[in-house]
Amino acid sequence: MARTQSAKAAAGRETISRPAAAGSRSPRQRRGLRKLAELTVLLAPAIVLFVGFVIVPMIFAAWYSLYNWNGFGPLSDFIGLQNYGGVLTGPVFHQAIEHNVIIAVLSVLIQLPVSIGLALLLNRRMRGRTFLRLAVFAPFVLSEATTAVMWYELLQPGGPVDALFKHLGLGGLTHYWLASTTLVLYTVFVVATWKYIGFGVVLLLAGLQGIPSELREAAAIDGATPWQATRRITLPLLGPTVRIWIFLSVIGSLQLFDLVWIMTMGGPANASTTILTYQYINGVERTQFGYGATVSVVLFVISLVFALAYQRYALRRDTEGALTRAVG
Amino acid sequence: MRGSRRPVIVAVAVATAVAIAACSSSSSTSSTSTSSSSSSSSAKVTLTWWNNGNTQPLLGVWQSVAAAFHATHPNVTITVVPIQSDLFTTKMPIALKSDNPPDIFQQWGGGQEATQYTSGKLANLSSLSSSWISELGPAAAGWQVNGAQYGIPYDQHVVGFWYRKDLFAKAGITAPPTTIAQLESDDAKLKAAGFTPIALGGGSRWPDAFYWEYFAVRLCSQSVLQSSIKAVNMTAPCFSQATTDLTAFMGTNPFQGGFNATQAQTGAGSSAGLLANGKAAMELQGDWETSVVPALTSNASILNDLGWFPFPQVPGGAGNPTAVLSGGDGFSCTTGASEPACDEFLQYIDSTPVQEELVQKANVGLPANSSAEAVLTNPALQAAAKAHADAAYDAEYFDIAFPTTAGQALDNALADFFAGKGSNSTIINSVSSSSGH
Repeated sequence: MARTQSAKAAAGRETISRPAAAGSRSPRQRRGLRKLAELTVLLAPAIVLFVGFVIVPMIFAAWYSLYNWNGFGPLSDFIGLQNYGGVLTGPVFHQAIEHNVIIAVLSVLIQLPVSIGLALLLNRRMRGRTFLRLAVFAPFVLSEATTAVMWYELLQPGGPVDALFKHLGLGGLTHYWLASTTLVLYTVFVVATWKYIGFGVVLLLAGLQGIPSELREAAAIDGATPWQATRRITLPLLGPTVRIWIFLSVIGSLQLFDLVWIMTMGGPANASTTILTYQYINGVERTQFGYGATVSVVLFVISLVFALAYQRYALRRDTEGALTRAVG
Repeated sequence: MRGSRRPVIVAVAVATAVAIAACSSSSSTSSTSTSSSSSSSSAKVTLTWWNNGNTQPLLGVWQSVAAAFHATHPNVTITVVPIQSDLFTTKMPIALKSDNPPDIFQQWGGGQEATQYTSGKLANLSSLSSSWISELGPAAAGWQVNGAQYGIPYDQHVVGFWYRKDLFAKAGITAPPTTIAQLESDDAKLKAAGFTPIALGGGSRWPDAFYWEYFAVRLCSQSVLQSSIKAVNMTAPCFSQATTDLTAFMGTNPFQGGFNATQAQTGAGSSAGLLANGKAAMELQGDWETSVVPALTSNASILNDLGWFPFPQVPGGAGNPTAVLSGGDGFSCTTGASEPACDEFLQYIDSTPVQEELVQKANVGLPANSSAEAVLTNPALQAAAKAHADAAYDAEYFDIAFPTTAGQALDNALADFFAGKGSNSTIINSVSSSSGH
């Protein structure tokens, strides 16, 4: 900061002592123009895409949400906030939100510790480490559609999963994994965990690489046990990565659609419905596009509120330094 | 969804929906249609044709049909745009709102067509088709809005029970049941012989609806049925009776375990797959079953193992006992299309040679033009065709007959009911209120 100010002051002195010739630009102006050109070239494509594919559709969604509209013909049936009343008071929508929250909470409570454990394990030097890392990461590479079709087949009554349980002498544990209204949501969660655990592990491994090994070595010299070193040094320094993972995981949980839609279509009897399957069923399938747009706006607000609150209270510490450096 | 009634892997298609939609919309907008003013026979005309023949064999048949039409009508070029069925739900509203909709597009008729009609972009084909539409018989009425022909079918579907003749024989059943009581006693015999009596694809939702709808078709008189569909109101007592009778039937546990999550047509574990592999003895399905099951089993002679019988009689029913639950596939033209050319093309599709090709090569089920039924060789399919021909009247699948919003709400309410959630009132009210939300 101080250096920038003195540079500016120096530039100012230069301008006073040697006035610029008429028609030519001062170095300061030239620098400003160059910066402007740089910013334009670098930011314009992103801004155009963001405005065109994010901001404008959002404005349209908000606009459509005020109409009763079946998708055909002009928007003529203005109904104000009636769609919002329908969405926010609908029992199935409440169920959908509850399901999204359950998935998000379970992700943090179960996927996170498992991911951290696997990452710590795979960070150690050992035989077959590359293969193990690959094996853990592989499911993440599969598309959600492929994952869903595969697990749908595996979870058939009397299918491979049931056969495995029986083979292990655990035949009593077989269930109608996807047909039971009490189990289906948790079945979906297990499949989502199988798919996304690799992503968490890779993210955390990257975080672990950023922790200097000297810190652990120093702790070891001071007599810390490996557990103490992990507990007091590694995990706290992994904090920023964990906080980013939680953020991505919660947003991902709120947007859960493909897996659920292909495996269960939100059923049976809405037992696995999420905000987006609710939107698809009530907005698209029933051609109530105004209503569907309302669900999108509500989901957007929920995501935005979470994102801002999380930025404010959880991520601020992590991003503060980065932002200050970028601006300064 | 009627889309799922085609033998396609819906599941995978859903996830790629966005990509496909993007691709096909760009291809459709790039292919321009000529204005309706250029209707003289010498003017060059290009017709963009959105159909759901995105998999073989229908894909190839439609392409050859378009080429053959061009050969006899050199001034008309048809651009074939195959689109996965489910995508029509999202693509058609946008297309019909645009200035450049497809000239011809897939049309399932009924309330959905009436919903699309409100866009003002559907061409009235009544006068152009008046000289030949009678060849299709009463089936074409399902594609009318306010008595005018805004769409034309190319095939017909009829819903009934497909059964395994071999499993029936093993269970000691000598003739298919004709009443619900007989069906229930046959179910018991099949269970005793170690078979699941009936496979149900409850995970796909629409197969559930067939049961309740057929009870309603048997219990309600034709006039009550028609007026209720038209008024989008199911408060007539016969609909509640349908729920009561269905509840009693479900109480006999005729379906496979976990049927709520079973898909209708995807994989060997689907309801069609259970029938195909001899794990279940019956399935209530449309005539498209013959095009679905061969792909789901290694049994090369599966079609010979299948028989067909109509939905059994229900005691005390006011409906004509021969009535069938039915539907079909068709096409509409849009107002921007060159209407004589568009109508001529749809007439060509319904001509006997093309209809025979559709039956023989594309397994479309029953042809819209009954003159082509002679080429149906499978005895089970012939039985279905005969039941359809002999029916006193057709009742279109309710989810298509009702406006889309109501029809889909009914499907969901029925699927919930099969999963043990909901009641008669949630079913009855689903079409007239948004309580399904």
